[in-house]
Amino acid sequence: MKPAPFEYSRPADIDEACALLAADDGARLIAGGQTLVPLMAMRLARPSRLIDIARIPGLSYIREEFAVRPRESGDPGPQATPDRAGLDSRLRGNERGRGFDSNGTGSVVAIGATTKQHVVEHDPLVRSKLPLLAKVMPYVGHGATRARGTVGGSLANGDPAAEIVLVAATLGATLTWRDGGKSSEIAAADFFLGPMVTALPLTACLAEARFPVWSERRVGVGFHEVNARQSDFAFVAAAAQVALDADGCCTRAAIGIGAAAAVPLRLDTVATDLQGKRFDEAKVREAVKAALADVETMADLHASAEYRRRVAATLAVRAIADAFAAAARRA
Amino acid sequence: MKVELNINNEKHTVEVEPRTSLLDCLRDKLLLTGAHAGCEHGVCGACTVLVDGTAVRSCLMFAVQADGYAITTIEGLSPGPGELSPLQDAFCETHGMQCGYCTPAMILAAHALLAKNASPTREQIVEAISGNLCRCTGYAQIVEAIALAAERIRGQNEPARR
Repeated sequence: MKPAPFEYSRPADIDEACALLAADDGARLIAGGQTLVPLMAMRLARPSRLIDIARIPGLSYIREEFAVRPRESGDPGPQATPDRAGLDSRLRGNERGRGFDSNGTGSVVAIGATTKQHVVEHDPLVRSKLPLLAKVMPYVGHGATRARGTVGGSLANGDPAAEIVLVAATLGATLTWRDGGKSSEIAAADFFLGPMVTALPLTACLAEARFPVWSERRVGVGFHEVNARQSDFAFVAAAAQVALDADGCCTRAAIGIGAAAAVPLRLDTVATDLQGKRFDEAKVREAVKAALADVETMADLHASAEYRRRVAATLAVRAIADAFAAAARRA
Repeated sequence: MKVELNINNEKHTVEVEPRTSLLDCLRDKLLLTGAHAGCEHGVCGACTVLVDGTAVRSCLMFAVQADGYAITTIEGLSPGPGELSPLQDAFCETHGMQCGYCTPAMILAAHALLAKNASPTREQIVEAISGNLCRCTGYAQIVEAIALAAERIRGQNEPARR
């Protein structure tokens, strides 16, 4: 018995969980507990109360939702499923709201916060619609920790070395939380503020992550990571997703770097640079290096800041090359 | 707190502090000492048990979180008193252990794998036990044991060859 003593509550719904959080400064949410419990065992975390949200009904799901044009008031539209009926989501700007494409079309895969990582790993919808997320899941801890660990837990923990965090940032996921009986949402880019620091209010509970689905026919992904063992923390990771037209030219790209800096990075200048072009390794390497030149990379026992910058560039080029090759294989 | 646990198909009601890990509850309250306490913070895998058939670290789960699940420990794997499961047999036969500390967890991790995948490749076996540390064997005979058990379990479902 290594953790310090604490009280244990299992609320019936997410608003009760938030109320319990608000009532006790030392309280912490627990879902899978695969990061929190080791911290408690080492007494780096000493919560006065654990609020167990793992079994709250309606927080564990994976489903595709389709964009609808804003309707006349009073008509909730087809995406208002029973689970969401009570959630008066605040849109962050009309076009970008709800995580859909900037032109308000397409679809998202919505993943409930307490969905277990091993469920996502084997889910056919994730495999077909979110190939980048499917690709990184085997790197998230071990099988035994993915069996308990949740998607929302990884996002709320905000570890810059976490693969789910990297994919959320790279694809521009939208995160929804519940706080004081209200729902709010935020872009992943605004959510991760530093290592294990997020914009999630202290009394809020993450409810959902919405990952945009790329509807292009020829989409490919690439992911590379340097670590001590596959299941250990990444020293550097790179993710890429590209869409190609019939001629093999890039129509859209998203590139992200994890574990190198305090937050996951998106290399948007590289993505813009790729538009309309075929893969040219030398040019891509140049663009990636330029994008990383001013980034403040982290240094620790495992890897120096310079190593992280150099390896991030190498891995990004490899991930982009893989993504082009994978997209090219699709007819 | 009172918690009702289903362990190896038997119901147990135990009184535990919330901070009691499932591991400590199994070992200290229920005297099921096959789940071993190694690092007790999720690194070594020696405490692996099955929760609804999936391998999970019992040191990273509190006993109060474990109600309502079917929990299987190494004590629940043998088909009867004095008998061994095919995996346990295979570990003996290939000498897939030395000190034995990691063995119950290795066998449970392998059990979860074979329940889902009757014909795992070597890579899949290695991946399935990648969260379990063994400091004696070098793993080769453990991998061999799991492959042997898989082969035997597959054979059980085939008609005898003439």
